[in-house]
Amino acid sequence: MTTAELTAPPRRGRAHWAVADCLSVVRRTMLHYRRQPVAIVWRLGFPVVSVLLYGFVFGSAMRVPGDGDYKEFLMPGMFATTMAFGFMNTATAVVTDSGRGVIDRFRSMPMAPSAVSSGQGVADLVVAAAELALLAATALAVGWRSDGGPAATVAAFGLLLFLRFSLIWVGVWCGLVLPNAEAAGALYAVIFPLTMVSSVYVSPTLMPGWLAPVAAWNPVSSTVTATRELFGNPGAGGGSWVEQNAVLMAVLWPLLITAVFLPLAVRRFQRLSK
Amino acid sequence: MHDHAVLTEGLRKRYGGRKPTAVPALDGFDLAVRSGTVHGLLGPNGAGKTTAVRVLATLLRHDGGRALVAGIDVARDPRAVRRRIGLAGQYAAVDEQLTGRQNLDLFGRLFHLGARGAARRATELLEKFGLVDAADRGVHEYSGGMRRRLDLAASVILAPDVLFLDEPTTGLDPRSRGEVWDTVRALVDGGTTVLLTTQYLDEADRLASRITVVDHGRAIADDTPDGLKNTVGADRIEVVVAEAADLPAAVKAVARVASTEPGTDDAERRVHAPVDDRVAALTDVARTLRDSGVAVEDIGLRRPSLDDVFLHLTGHRTEAA
Repeated sequence: MTTAELTAPPRRGRAHWAVADCLSVVRRTMLHYRRQPVAIVWRLGFPVVSVLLYGFVFGSAMRVPGDGDYKEFLMPGMFATTMAFGFMNTATAVVTDSGRGVIDRFRSMPMAPSAVSSGQGVADLVVAAAELALLAATALAVGWRSDGGPAATVAAFGLLLFLRFSLIWVGVWCGLVLPNAEAAGALYAVIFPLTMVSSVYVSPTLMPGWLAPVAAWNPVSSTVTATRELFGNPGAGGGSWVEQNAVLMAVLWPLLITAVFLPLAVRRFQRLSK
Repeated sequence: MHDHAVLTEGLRKRYGGRKPTAVPALDGFDLAVRSGTVHGLLGPNGAGKTTAVRVLATLLRHDGGRALVAGIDVARDPRAVRRRIGLAGQYAAVDEQLTGRQNLDLFGRLFHLGARGAARRATELLEKFGLVDAADRGVHEYSGGMRRRLDLAASVILAPDVLFLDEPTTGLDPRSRGEVWDTVRALVDGGTTVLLTTQYLDEADRLASRITVVDHGRAIADDTPDGLKNTVGADRIEVVVAEAADLPAAVKAVARVASTEPGTDDAERRVHAPVDDRVAALTDVARTLRDSGVAVEDIGLRRPSLDDVFLHLTGHRTEAA
């Protein structure tokens, strides 16, 4: 290969390279998983074990409004929790890259700058879809069913991925703000209560009066309640507006999160050159 | 080809925006790097070397002044600059979780060589940088020297006009440093211009044909390594005698040829003084001492080191020295 060939890349539009570079970055993340099968087992194993633990350990002791089956009630919650926790993986990947200087190398190259984040985001969504597929299979094995019909079932999984999509930008922003991977690990302390104070495990109607509205207005709750509706699983009940309009809120919350954190993440990325 | 691969005029950069506490990292920094040479940026931590490289590599926007790389203004057309530069060292890393080949392949794709072009270029570079045996091992298993070589390989995928090496051998053992130096020399033979930042005086001395000394965000000297040493003063003759009792005789012998009063170091039984005519001074002192029966442990000429230069120019030593 001659130097002339090397310095004259094919002339194509910016949009072409934005997509092509994004796919190269996606490919990189997929190679990470292929090179570290143990990481896949950990990533996918944790939610599966959670499903089994919560389903069987709590299953017999928990009450569901309207005498529904707790496992049926729990599964949509586990799906949404897995999506919510996923943003930590985004944050960890971004903070590791920026700390090691990989992001600086990308930025010194003639690639599309957007591909650094878009590639990470697309890769995360692919992984999230795989996680959901595995979780759904586990849920089916322990007796969970979707009674909502094919269209509603697909829509429910769509809402779950939409929540994950919006949290990508929270993850990218955190990854650029935080100093190191250890700090990103501490995000667990934030996201864990956020998933507990929700309708994931317990109906907010059973919580103390001051806590119930917090749990009901939690974006995770909206996605969980909406997917329960769509799957035809037992719901958490509750008569507040936000609980009655869960499907709408399961669209609005991720839109709002994206509207706030996507620009924040972009601004933070641009601030790297300040 | 431009005469100057890198040219900066009055470059200014201040971190932390307009806050009164913000300290200027670059404060009117001038630099001219001739094409096809290795140019060293020498200075202590915090002198502004890394900031200068980050501005030139389009990672950081400057507040004032002008910076041209391969004739292109880095502020006006950073994309065009990125096609002509390579960056390696402290701040541009490789992916630890991938193999060496996967790294070069990834970066080749992102340099828009296409899947096949990237794969072919990766194979070429693995051979050129002596990484064929380790090509399919994870980078986390690489030694420090191998990692730097991979880092260098990744930075020359597009055969850059200008290669920025930011402290390329920091933390390496002497053998690995030598390997990196050999690699850099080979790149320059291929026509690449190298701007090298370093805290190691011997590194700048060995690699660079010209050195800019940086302190407090400004270039305080710019010359060849020899030229810089000459600014400090003449060569010095040094004599170490075997017996402390012979020190006065040695002082007398050195004083005959020295341009100033000789200095002595009693603990090391050493006498030293600057001399003008190097060879004549050396032979004269050696003959005088032999004739008077003084046992000499060591005698020689010493050029001032770049450390001496730095001390002379700034009044303080480099931290790494």
